[in-house]
Amino acid sequence: MSETKTNMVAPPEGVSGEGFFATKLSDVVGLARANSLWPLPFATSCCGIEFMATMASHYDLARFGSERVSFSPRQADMLMVMGTISKKMAPILRQVYEQMSEPRWVISVGACACSGGVFDTYSVLQGIDKVIPVDVYVPGCPPRPEQIVQGVMQLQELVKNESVRRRNSPEYKELLASYNL
Amino acid sequence: MSDLLLSPEQRYAKIIEEKRNEDGSELNVLNLGPTHPATHGIFQNILLMDGERILEAEPTVGYIHRAFEKIAENRPFYQINVLTDRMNYCSSPINNMAWWMTVEKLLNIEVPKRAQYLRVIVMELARIADHLICNSILGVDTGAYTGFLYVFQFREKIYEIYEEICGARLTTNMGRIGGFEREWSDEAFKKLNTFLEEFPIAWKEFENLFERNRIFIDRTVNVGPISAEKAMQYGFTGPNLRAAGIDYDVRKAAPYSSYEDFEFDVPVGKSGDTYDRFCVRNAEVWESISIIKQALAKLPDGPYHADVPDYYLPPKEDVYHNMESLIYHFKIVMGEVPVPVEEIYHAVEGGNGELGFYLISDGSRTPYRLKMRRPCYIYYQAYPEMIKGSMLSDAIVILSSLNVIAGELDA
Amino acid sequence: MALENTLIQEKLTQKFGNSVTNFATMRDIFTLEVNKDKVHEVIQFLKDDEELNFHFLTDLAGIHYPDNNVDEQFAVTYQLHNWIENTRIRIKTFLNGENPEVQTITDLFLCSNWMEREAWDFYGIKFTGHPQLKRILNMDEMVSHPMRKEFPMEDGGRTDKDDRFFGRTPVNC
Repeated sequence: MSETKTNMVAPPEGVSGEGFFATKLSDVVGLARANSLWPLPFATSCCGIEFMATMASHYDLARFGSERVSFSPRQADMLMVMGTISKKMAPILRQVYEQMSEPRWVISVGACACSGGVFDTYSVLQGIDKVIPVDVYVPGCPPRPEQIVQGVMQLQELVKNESVRRRNSPEYKELLASYNL
Repeated sequence: MSDLLLSPEQRYAKIIEEKRNEDGSELNVLNLGPTHPATHGIFQNILLMDGERILEAEPTVGYIHRAFEKIAENRPFYQINVLTDRMNYCSSPINNMAWWMTVEKLLNIEVPKRAQYLRVIVMELARIADHLICNSILGVDTGAYTGFLYVFQFREKIYEIYEEICGARLTTNMGRIGGFEREWSDEAFKKLNTFLEEFPIAWKEFENLFERNRIFIDRTVNVGPISAEKAMQYGFTGPNLRAAGIDYDVRKAAPYSSYEDFEFDVPVGKSGDTYDRFCVRNAEVWESISIIKQALAKLPDGPYHADVPDYYLPPKEDVYHNMESLIYHFKIVMGEVPVPVEEIYHAVEGGNGELGFYLISDGSRTPYRLKMRRPCYIYYQAYPEMIKGSMLSDAIVILSSLNVIAGELDA
Repeated sequence: MALENTLIQEKLTQKFGNSVTNFATMRDIFTLEVNKDKVHEVIQFLKDDEELNFHFLTDLAGIHYPDNNVDEQFAVTYQLHNWIENTRIRIKTFLNGENPEVQTITDLFLCSNWMEREAWDFYGIKFTGHPQLKRILNMDEMVSHPMRKEFPMEDGGRTDKDDRFFGRTPVNC
C-alpha cells in the first residue's frame, strides 16, 4: 500500500515548522474551497446524460471533491448548466442563480449553454451568459466526461487563486450590476 | 371561458377556497418545478394536494422547446440527422436510422442486406442503452443507487462501440442515405462480442436486485396502473402500452430493415402499473440481446451502403481525382439532387414507442414540412390522470417508469 | 392488407358523398381530403364502424401553405391506424387562411388534446370545442404563431452574425 501514487494536492507556499504552517489566508481558503466544490447540476438535455456518466464510477467526479451533489441552491457552490436553455427556462435559471449564496461559480457545459449551440432559433437562449455571469465554458456537443472534468479543474484553479475580498470588490459588483442582479 | 384556460394557480385557488368553506380543510398547491432532482428532464407539474395525496395535476411542458420542426424546414436532409440525435438522446441511433429510413422511403432507395443487418444491430444496442437508463434510474428513485452504478458501466461499453462505428458517444449522427458512412472496423465487432459476453451476467444481477425485492415490489406494484383501453385512447405505444397488455410493436406490425428475418418475442404485461413497465423493459433487453446475436451470426457480406451516387457522398480521394465524383459531390452539397414531391410517413419502434416522421417534400433540398411523431409527447398527456389519488413519492416513481425524455417531449 | 382501400372509399363516399374527395394511395397509406365541416363526423365514422375500426390516432399535424388560395392556406392532417387489420389512413382537411377553424376531436381520441394544442401554438389553428386551447410548447406570452412560413427561424437578438456568410447581403462577396 505504500506504493500508491495518488496525486495529492500540493500545499500552498508558506513557512512550516514543528506543528505549524503559516501561509496566506486566501491560499488556505482557496484550497479548501477548490477541493470541495458541491455542484448543482442544472441538467436539461443531452449534456445531462454525459454528466451522469461523469458522476458514475468510470469518470467519477467525486474524487475532485464533488461527492455531494446538491439540488438545493443554498447549499451548492457551483452551478453546472448542462444542456439547452430555452427562453421559457431562462427566468428559472436566473432565479436559481439568485438563490445561490456567495461564493458561487458557474460552469456552462455544452455548446447549447455556451452559445445556443446548433439551435439558432426563436425559442432558444443564445448562451446563458445573457442572463447570468459564467466562469468556465466547456464546449462540446456533448463534451466528453474528460472535458467536463477539465472544466471543473479549471474552475478549481480559478477558485484557488481568488482573493478573499473578491466578492466585495467594485469590479465584481459592476459585473453583477450589468446583469441586473 | 373555460376554467381550464386559467393558470393552474388561479384554478386551484378557487378549489381551495371552496373546500375551505365546505369543511374547513386546507388543500395546498405544490410546484413540482422544472428543476427538481427527481424529475429526469425539465417538466413542471403544479399539484393540488390534500396532505400527501395528489388531487389534481397540471403539467407544463416546453421548457426545452428547440423548434426542431422549424429548423428542419431550413436544412437539407443530411443535416436534419443531427437534430434527430437530440430528440431521444438516450438512444440516438434509433432516431438516426428512423430518419434515414424515412428519406430512403421518399427517394425509393433499396438498402443492401448487410447495411440493414448492421442497422438492426445498432438499433437494438441503442434500445438496450435506453432501457438501461430507464430501469436503473427507476431504481435510484426508489432508493436503490447500486444498480445504477453497476449498469452505467455497461453504458460506457456501449458508448465505446458507438465510438468505433461513428466516432461519437452520445449524439451519434450515424449512418447516411443508403447505409453507413464507413465499414465497421474489426475492433467494433470485437467490442460488440465482448459486450455480448459480459453484459448478460450483469443484467441478470441487476434483475436479481430488483425483481423479487420486497421494498421495490411494495413501491411499484399497483402504482400508476393504466388499463389497456385507456392506454390506447391516450396514444400510448411502446413498452408502456405493452405493459398494459396490448402487444403492438412496430417491428412486428410493419417490419422495416429486415426485422422479419429475426425471431423475437414481444413481452407483454398485465396491469400497466410501474412494476409491469419495469419488467417489460427488462424482458425487452433480453430480446434485444438475442436479436443482436442472431444478426451477428447471420450477417451477410456485401456493401455497407446502397449504390446511389446521387445522394451518397463519394469517397474524398475520388473527388480529387475523378471528374464524375467531383460533380456528384458538388451536386449533393449544393442540393441539386432529384427529390420527388410526395408525402411520406415512416414509423419505427423507438425506445419509447412508435417514433414516426411525417415528411412533406416539395422537390427542394429541404423538407416542406417535417412533423415528428414523438411518443413521449403523446403519452405524457396521461400523466395527470395516472397520478390522481396517489402520493407524491409515487408520482415520482410513475414519472420515472414512463421514461419521459425531455428532448423528445418538447422537440 | 385485409381491409381494402376500395372498401374504405366505397363506405365513405356512400355516407358522405361530396365531402370526401381526392382519394389516393400515397406510398401504402390511403389518403383522402375531407371538407372541414365534416371532419369530426368522418373521423367518428371511421372509428365507430365495425369493419373500418380505426381506433388509434397516430398523429395530428398542422401545415401552412401560404401560396395556396385563401380558402386553403392551412391544413390539418389526421393519421389513423387500425391495429387489427394493420391499416393506416390519412385524412387531410384545408382551412381558411385568415380564420382557420375546425372542430376538435378530443371527444373521440383523448390523445388529440395536446396535439391540437401544438397545432394551435404553432399555426394558430383554432379547434372549436377544445377544453384547453392554450399554448403548450412556446412561452405563454408569445403573440405570434412561429411555425407559419413568414415567421423567421433565427433568434433576432444575436449581434455577432456576419450577413455576408449567410448569403443575406444584396451583393455577396
